[in-house]
Amino acid sequence: MVKQKIVVIGNGMVGHHFLEQLANRPERAMFDVLVFCAEPRPAYDRVHLSEYFGGRTADDLAMGKVEQYREWGYDLRLNDTAVSIDRENKIVTSASGASEAYDHLILATGSYPFVPPIPGHEHEKCFVYRTLEDLDKIQAAAKNGKVGVVVGGGLLGLEAANALKQLGLEAHVVEFAPGLMSVQLDEGGSKLLREKIEELGVTVHTSTATELIEEVDGGRLRMQFKGDEELIADLIVFSAGIRPEDNLARSAGITLGERGGIVIDNHCRTSDKNIFAIGECALFDNRIFGLVAPGYSMARTTVSLLCGEAAEFNGADMSTKLKLLGVEVGSIGDAHGRTEGSAAITFVDEQTGVYKRMITDRAGKKLRGAVLVGDTGDYDTLLQYHLNDMDLPEHPEQLILPALDGAKPTLGAGALPDTATICSCHNVSKGDIIGAVQGGCCSVGEVKDCTKAGTGCGGCSALLKNVVDAELAALGVEVNNDLCPHFPYTRQQIFHMVQVEEIKTFDELLHKHGRGKGCEICKPTAGSIFASLWNEHIHKKPHVGLQDTNDTFMANMQKNGTYSVVPRIAGGEITPDKLIVLGQVAKKYDLYTKITGGQRIDLFGARLEELPEIWRELTDAGFETGHAYGKSLRTVKSCVGSTWCRYGVQDSVGMALTVENRYKGLRSPHKIKMAVSGCTRECAEAQSKDIGVIATEKGWNLYVCGNGGMRPRHADLFATDLDDVTLIKYIDRILMFYVRTADKLQRTSVWLENLEGGLDYLREVVIEDSLGLAEELERQMGNVVGTYQCEWKTAINDPEMVKRFRQFVNTDAKDEKIVFVEEREQRRPATREEIVKICEPA
Amino acid sequence: MSEVAITRAEWLHVCKRSDLVADSGVCALVGGRQIALFFLPDQEPQLYAIDNWDPIADAGVIGRGIVAEIDGELTVASPLYKQHYRLSDGQCLEKPEYKLEVFPVAFEGDDVLIQVDQ
Repeated sequence: MVKQKIVVIGNGMVGHHFLEQLANRPERAMFDVLVFCAEPRPAYDRVHLSEYFGGRTADDLAMGKVEQYREWGYDLRLNDTAVSIDRENKIVTSASGASEAYDHLILATGSYPFVPPIPGHEHEKCFVYRTLEDLDKIQAAAKNGKVGVVVGGGLLGLEAANALKQLGLEAHVVEFAPGLMSVQLDEGGSKLLREKIEELGVTVHTSTATELIEEVDGGRLRMQFKGDEELIADLIVFSAGIRPEDNLARSAGITLGERGGIVIDNHCRTSDKNIFAIGECALFDNRIFGLVAPGYSMARTTVSLLCGEAAEFNGADMSTKLKLLGVEVGSIGDAHGRTEGSAAITFVDEQTGVYKRMITDRAGKKLRGAVLVGDTGDYDTLLQYHLNDMDLPEHPEQLILPALDGAKPTLGAGALPDTATICSCHNVSKGDIIGAVQGGCCSVGEVKDCTKAGTGCGGCSALLKNVVDAELAALGVEVNNDLCPHFPYTRQQIFHMVQVEEIKTFDELLHKHGRGKGCEICKPTAGSIFASLWNEHIHKKPHVGLQDTNDTFMANMQKNGTYSVVPRIAGGEITPDKLIVLGQVAKKYDLYTKITGGQRIDLFGARLEELPEIWRELTDAGFETGHAYGKSLRTVKSCVGSTWCRYGVQDSVGMALTVENRYKGLRSPHKIKMAVSGCTRECAEAQSKDIGVIATEKGWNLYVCGNGGMRPRHADLFATDLDDVTLIKYIDRILMFYVRTADKLQRTSVWLENLEGGLDYLREVVIEDSLGLAEELERQMGNVVGTYQCEWKTAINDPEMVKRFRQFVNTDAKDEKIVFVEEREQRRPATREEIVKICEPA
Repeated sequence: MSEVAITRAEWLHVCKRSDLVADSGVCALVGGRQIALFFLPDQEPQLYAIDNWDPIADAGVIGRGIVAEIDGELTVASPLYKQHYRLSDGQCLEKPEYKLEVFPVAFEGDDVLIQVDQ
C-alpha cells in the first residue's frame, strides 16, 4: 500500500491535538506524518501559561514530548518554520531549505498577539504574552522594575496582569473599552469584576486610549493617554487580542476573510481541497474561535475526515468558566442579551461581591446566556440548560438565587439528554459515559481512563460523578465502598465512629460495628486509626495482632524474610559521627547498604533476632526510628538552601527539620512523603511529594498531593508566600483532614482527585475554614505531635516487647534457610538456583 | 500417609504459654522444622500449628503473617505476597495447588505440646 503523506504546519495545542487523535486511530498506519514547528519545543499548554510564574516549568506545561512523537512515528521538525506552499505541485518549503511533498496539508499556524500601532510600541521593554520565551523576557525585565502595565483588559490581559503581580510588580490594566472582558461580560458583571480586581491591588484604567510610549530618564517608560493623563512604567505587556496567523496561506493564494483568517467550510477545508485549517488561524462562518475547545473540535473533525468518516464542524459554543486573579468568572452563550426578544433575571449581592445574570427568551422557557462573577457554582447547571436547549424550571430565578433552605434545584443526571456534552475538553457526551459504564467501567476513575472525560480542565468532575453513579444505580450495581466484609462502612465512617465513641480497641470496634473476626484489611486500618487518634504504642497489647508484619517488627521485610532498617535522617542532614555509626553497625551485622531516594540510608539483611541489638546501638548513638515500615510520614527531602547555596532564598534544611520532626510518627491512610526546596530551582523535587514546600523571596509556596511512583502526579499549588507559622498551620490541617477522610491505602493524590470539589474545596476547608473544623484538626495534630515516642526506643527498653523478636520461641538457633551470596563486595539474598547449588554441592 | 504419620508421632513440648503472643503468631523449631504457632484466645480451638515455610515466596515467614477471617474461616495471610492459608488444614485459598502441613497442637497446663512426624 502506498502511504499518503500528511504535513502539519504548526505545533500548538490544536496541532498537537490533531496528532494525538490521529495516533490513536487504526488508520494511523495509512499515513506518513511530518510536522513543522517554528518554536524550539513541541506543543505546550498555553491555557495555563501564567502558571509558569507560579512555579510550573516548561516541562510541566509540555503536551507533546519529543519521545512521544517518535513513538507515534511522526517526523517532527523543531525550530523549522514553513515558509511557502507550492499548491500546484503540493510541496511545502521550510526556512531550513527542506522541501516536503504532501497529499494533505494541515494548517495549524495559530494566531499572533495584536499590538496596536501606538508610537513607541516597539521599545525593548514592550512585550507580548504568548510563548514561554515571551514569559522569560518579561520575567527578566521585571527583576529591576516596580510598575508593570498590561494594555488590554480582556481575558488574556487579566491573566497577564496576574502574572505581573506574581512577579512582584505593581500591576495596571489599561483598557480602551469602558469595561473589562467586554466580550464575555455585560456591564454589571464587568463592573463587579473591576471592583474585585482593584481590591486585589491591580489598578484598572478603562475607556483609556494610549497615544504614545516614550523612554524617559532612567530608562523607564512614559505612557501618554488621550486626555493628558500619563503613567510611568518599567515594562508594558500588550494583550489586546489575537490575529490569525495567515501569512503563509495568503502568499499561497488561499482564500482569506476580509479581516484575515483562513476561510474554512464545515469540513475544515480551505479553498484548496487538499489543505485544511484548524484552530485560531481558521475562519468559520466569519468567526475566529479563540478558545482551545473549538480548535480541538476542528482537529477531531479533520482526523475523522482523513480516516474516511463523515464529520462536520458547525461552530462551537464559546461559553467559558475560569478564575482570574482568584475571582470566579463565567460566561455562557449570549451574555449580553443581544438576541431579539431576550429577557434578563439579575441577582446582585454587593455584600459578598456576587453578580449573576441569566438571559432567557421572552417566555422564560429557554436559557440564551448567562454571566456569573464572584461565584460560578451555578455554571455547570446553567450551561447544560443552554447547550441542550432544555426547558427551564417553572421559577428559573431559583437557578441563580442563593438556596435558603438547601433546596436549590440542581440538574440531576437523569434530566440530561444522552447527547448532552459532559466534558467539553474531550467532547464526551452523557451517552459516551453511559456506554463506558455499560461496557464494564465501575467507577469514576475507570470512566476517566476509558473516555478521558474529566481529565482536561476538570470542571465537569461533579457532573461526571453524578452521571456515573446514576448509571451504576440504574444497572443495579451497588456502589460498594465498604472497607471489607467485616465492616459495612467506609474508612472515613469508621474513623468518625472511633473518634466520637472514643473506641480504643479492635475488639470493641468489631463488637459494636462489625461482624466476623476481622482480616488483614480491617485490622491494620483500625490500627492506623487508633494510632492517628490516640497514638498509643503499636505494640501495646490490644494492638499487636492488628499490625502488618512491617509494623509488628518495625522494619521492612524483604523477599527472603530478613528486614531492612532505616533510621530517621531528618531533612537528609547527618553528622560525620552519626554516619560513622551507621557504617559501623552495617559492618558489624554485615548489612547491605544503600542510599534511598529520600536522602536516608537503608541497611538490608538484618535477621529478626538482630533487630533489637541493632536498634540498641542506633538509639545509643542518637538515632530514632524512620518509620520506613509504616503508613506514616517517611521523609522530608531537602536541598541545602540559603545556608550554602548561592541561589537559595530560604533555609530549606531548617524548615525540612521542623516539618519532619513535627510530623514524624503520624500514622496515616498511606505513606506520606514531603520535601522542601530552597528556591524555585526545586532541587528537592517537592512537586512530586504529598506535601511540597518551595521557598520564595517572601516565604514559602505550598504544594499538595503530588506523587512519584507508579502513577506520577504533579502536586498542585495550594497557597503562596506563606510565613513559617501559617505554613505549618496549613500542613497540620491538610494532613489531619486527609487522615480523617481518606479511604484505606489511598495516597493523597488519589484522595484529592476523589474529593468532591477538588483543590478549591480543600482550600475552602483549610484556608477559609468552611467546615469550622480547622481548630479541631490542629488540636488533633497537636495531640499526635505531643505524644510522639520513638517506637524503637520504647521497644528495646521493654523486655516483653524484645521477646517478640526471637526467631524461634524455643531455641536460640538461627534460621538456616536464610542464605546470602556476595555481589559487588556486599551481601544479597541467594536466588533459588544458588541455594540449590550451595546446599547440595555437586 | 499422614494418618500413619500421626499415629507414629509423639507429643513434644515446644514452649510455654507465655512464649505465645495473643491474636498473633510466633515460630518454633521442632526437630529441624520451622513451625508457626498461632494463639487466638477467643477462638475454639485456641491454638494452631502450621508449617512456617511460605512455598510461594520461598521464605520462612508464615508465623509473621496477620490472622484474617475469610468467609467465616480463619486463615493467616502471608506477609510477603498476601496469599491466605487456612489455619485448620493449611489450604491456600488463592492457589489450590499449595497446601501447608498442619500439626496437632494443645495446651497442657502452661505448656504447649505438638505432634510432629519425625
